[in-house]
Amino acid sequence: MDRKPMPGMMVYNMKLGMWVFLLSEVMFFTSLIGSYVILRYAHPEHWTDPGVVLNVNLTAGNTFLLICSSVTMVKAFAAIQQGDLKGLQRWLLATILIGATFVGVQVYEYIALAGEGFVPMLDSYHAVGRGNPHEGPSLGGPLYGATFYAMTGFHGAHVTIGVLCLIFVYVRALNGAYTAEHLEGVEVIGLYWHFVDLVWILLFTIVYLI
Amino acid sequence: MEEQEHPQPRYYLIWVILAVLTLAEVFYAFLDLPKVVLAVGLVIMAVWKAVMVAMYYMHLRYEPARLWIMAISPLPFAAILVLFVITEFGFLR
Repeated sequence: MDRKPMPGMMVYNMKLGMWVFLLSEVMFFTSLIGSYVILRYAHPEHWTDPGVVLNVNLTAGNTFLLICSSVTMVKAFAAIQQGDLKGLQRWLLATILIGATFVGVQVYEYIALAGEGFVPMLDSYHAVGRGNPHEGPSLGGPLYGATFYAMTGFHGAHVTIGVLCLIFVYVRALNGAYTAEHLEGVEVIGLYWHFVDLVWILLFTIVYLI
Repeated sequence: MEEQEHPQPRYYLIWVILAVLTLAEVFYAFLDLPKVVLAVGLVIMAVWKAVMVAMYYMHLRYEPARLWIMAISPLPFAAILVLFVITEFGFLR
């Protein structure tokens, strides 16, 4: 495997393969976002204003974490471009830790929301707002919970898979598998990771702020 | 011959811009403005951030034009998927 640009798209095969995969992911997340928009237009009464049920401050912090992980990922790639294997290992480890923290915060958020009655099920849906788990009227409707968990859940699964792939790349980096001439694996996992960040940027706005 | 190296973007500057835009979004979302104005402003900021990630962190800006074209090829389909179906939302009520 080398980085020789192939005729046609003028990039090497691994990178082209990742781009094709990411384009299919664009359509996947578009179908989720499109469904969300349609359901929200059709049933606005199922949704509440931003910050009433969902914890915007917590998730804004989590968004910032994911943005930071994009910087550490791109710095990992920049390091190996210079032949700096130690730098690659250091930045990859930082990316893994930040990515795992993002998933951890999301799990914490899910547990807290479920405790407040915000669940994806029709029968048991009884969201009562943040910090008020036992009292108050039910806010919104089950479509809110269903779409929230579907969109953020699929994204969280992508982040989790990304962290696992990054661990694989990190172990290979520890074994000296990458050099300035052979960095395809780092670049390709970087593309995936940045795409996951890009999708979250859109989901955060659509799900939490609008 | 390997792929051509390109100049490294200013990664930290882009990170600061993304962080500031995220903060601006959170403040903007709670302003006392009409819902449509809020939604349009928020989507513009989100798309701005997404484009910056694609251009500079995914290095799309430095890729060959044909990869560029391939990368944006699903966007018209995405628009069709959302815009055409959204006209049917009345049937869901």
